[in-house]
Amino acid sequence: MGTVPSALKHCLSYQHLLREQLWSGEPPPAQEYQKSELPEYVKIIEVGPRDGLQNEKVIVPTDIKIELINQLAKAGLPVIEVTSFVSSKWVPQMADHTEVMRGIERHPGVRYPVLTPNLRGFHSAISAGATEVSVFGAASESFSKRNINCSIEESIERFEEVAKLARNMNIPVRGYVSCALGCPYEGNIKPVKVAEVSKRLYSMGCYEISLADTIGVGTPGSMKRMLEAVMKEIPLTALAVHCHDTYGQALANILTAMQMGVSVVDSAVAGLGGCPYAKGATGNVATEDVIYMLNGLGINTGVNLYKVIEAGNFICTALSRKTNSKVAQASSVFEL
Amino acid sequence: MAALTRRAVPRWAAAALRPMSAARPGPPVTPPSPQLGSAGPRRVKIVEVGPRDGLQNEQAVVPTEVKIRFIDMLSETGLPVIEATSFVSPKWVPQMADHAEVLKGIEKFPGVSYPVLIPNLKGFQAAVTAGAREVSIFGAASELFSKKNINCSIDESLQRFSEVMEAARAANIPVRGYVSCVLGCPYEGKIAPAKVAEVAKKMYAMGCYEISLGDTIGVGTPGSMKEMLSAVMKEVPLGALAVHCHDTYGQALANTLVALQMGVSVVDSSVSGLGGCPYAQGASGNVATEDLVYMLDGLGIHTGVDLQKLMDVGAFICKALNRRSNSKVAQATCRL
Repeated sequence: MGTVPSALKHCLSYQHLLREQLWSGEPPPAQEYQKSELPEYVKIIEVGPRDGLQNEKVIVPTDIKIELINQLAKAGLPVIEVTSFVSSKWVPQMADHTEVMRGIERHPGVRYPVLTPNLRGFHSAISAGATEVSVFGAASESFSKRNINCSIEESIERFEEVAKLARNMNIPVRGYVSCALGCPYEGNIKPVKVAEVSKRLYSMGCYEISLADTIGVGTPGSMKRMLEAVMKEIPLTALAVHCHDTYGQALANILTAMQMGVSVVDSAVAGLGGCPYAKGATGNVATEDVIYMLNGLGINTGVNLYKVIEAGNFICTALSRKTNSKVAQASSVFEL
Repeated sequence: MAALTRRAVPRWAAAALRPMSAARPGPPVTPPSPQLGSAGPRRVKIVEVGPRDGLQNEQAVVPTEVKIRFIDMLSETGLPVIEATSFVSPKWVPQMADHAEVLKGIEKFPGVSYPVLIPNLKGFQAAVTAGAREVSIFGAASELFSKKNINCSIDESLQRFSEVMEAARAANIPVRGYVSCVLGCPYEGKIAPAKVAEVAKKMYAMGCYEISLGDTIGVGTPGSMKEMLSAVMKEVPLGALAVHCHDTYGQALANTLVALQMGVSVVDSSVSGLGGCPYAQGASGNVATEDLVYMLDGLGIHTGVDLQKLMDVGAFICKALNRRSNSKVAQATCRL
């Protein structure tokens, strides 16, 4: 704005200001805004190693994946989605699912769910040492058919088998609902349909339902309407949002969800994972940018933002790509 | 607040808004209900600062005829206000050296306002000679920023502007005021909301018809935005407030959303998110107009802007600058 001096790199006040924003994760002093409207604590579900890497072209070696997950655990992230027990024919990036699962450090207090599309995947996951799994349905018939070759109803039946076995083995199951705010094939998705699918997943025993804006088309208005419908069927504490930033709307959508009481947010370090439906576009919202916003709001996450930025830099170097996180881009200037 | 003498109202306010074209890109269409609650606006005026704030912070110097074409294309999108250029010394801002030619060369669409930035009386006179019908002046909420940026204290800068205000009043030229560093300063760090309110109040009392509150380094988050606006709203009428959020840390749309929820109905943005941040080399600056319009369209808020035409302008200027767009909507929509 106005005339501006050239970039200043080592301004101490600026660094100090940023440090206040990028604090290390101790409980902040409660602010008036935060107390009256927003959750005090938000659980971050880190999906970078799975949803992120799955959508990256470059195949990452197993040891790099393991190192990434270990760094993320040390950053204080409470839940890290490790890998996906799907056929390597479909998702070559996840071919080393067993090695990754077996190779990672298991930090106490950190959960390591894995994606399992069916009973077979579930069995492999358990053999490899998984102690939590995720299943994913869709709110769109077309998406379900194109993505996993069956109707929503058929996919639910498959998941019920998994959920039943998981219950017997005391393994928690997390459910995803894709296309919650729009579908690449059907366009608009009715909130009542999202509520219906969520309810099916919750009834079969999923402890949490992650509502995913798979193609990132949602805006605060559609997020609000969708959540209002879902909240009639599922308790608030069992809801999570998984926003994609393809149209730059993710943080605004997440804020809206939190204003309605949602306190679980999925994100991916460095905003890994493009959008398979819009070539060259971004996908997952960056964990760093989410945490920056939560820190600024005085919301506790237990996560050390500096360490997440470092983990992001690590994986981006391995992928030979720039980060999608604005916070990481801006912070790199100040060598924080 | 000082008694107000009749202040000049910009021409855009009197003219009809342009209709949006029928077939256009955008989010799943939302009914125009008040989704932001009772305080939320139904219409938002977008102030396009790409040709000035955007280009000013771009490395590549753009030829005059390209700037003129750029502004003419923006005029066709339905944007009601387009900040055309800056009458500052070319020694400081070489990009704006052709200010007089640009202002004389552009087509002045009826119903569209073309304010120009002016630092002092001399700049004001040059602007009026070149045909300016509206001007902008900028103060800061930080003493250090003021000193480093324009070599004087905040009070001294406002003193300088009082001569401009007098001349503008005599010539019936509306003046828009900017306040920089409202959510943080690269030199001072944290900025007290009361200070922002004080400067905003002074500028409004001087006769500015609108005060644009700028998060110059993009460090703000929804909490700090809310706190700052609460303080400013005590001193300046809501209808005279605008927000100018930078997206350096990815927070711009979330911050803008909070401002809208509090009733602010004027938002500054820059097509393609032109203009990096001079304080964080390589980081982004202005929020992208396309992404803002996408969010507002999704909320059912009227802007009068044709998103497709806007994206075409973005493509044009990015080509001229030989750079990628910073707009996520543009990235998602253009198949690479």
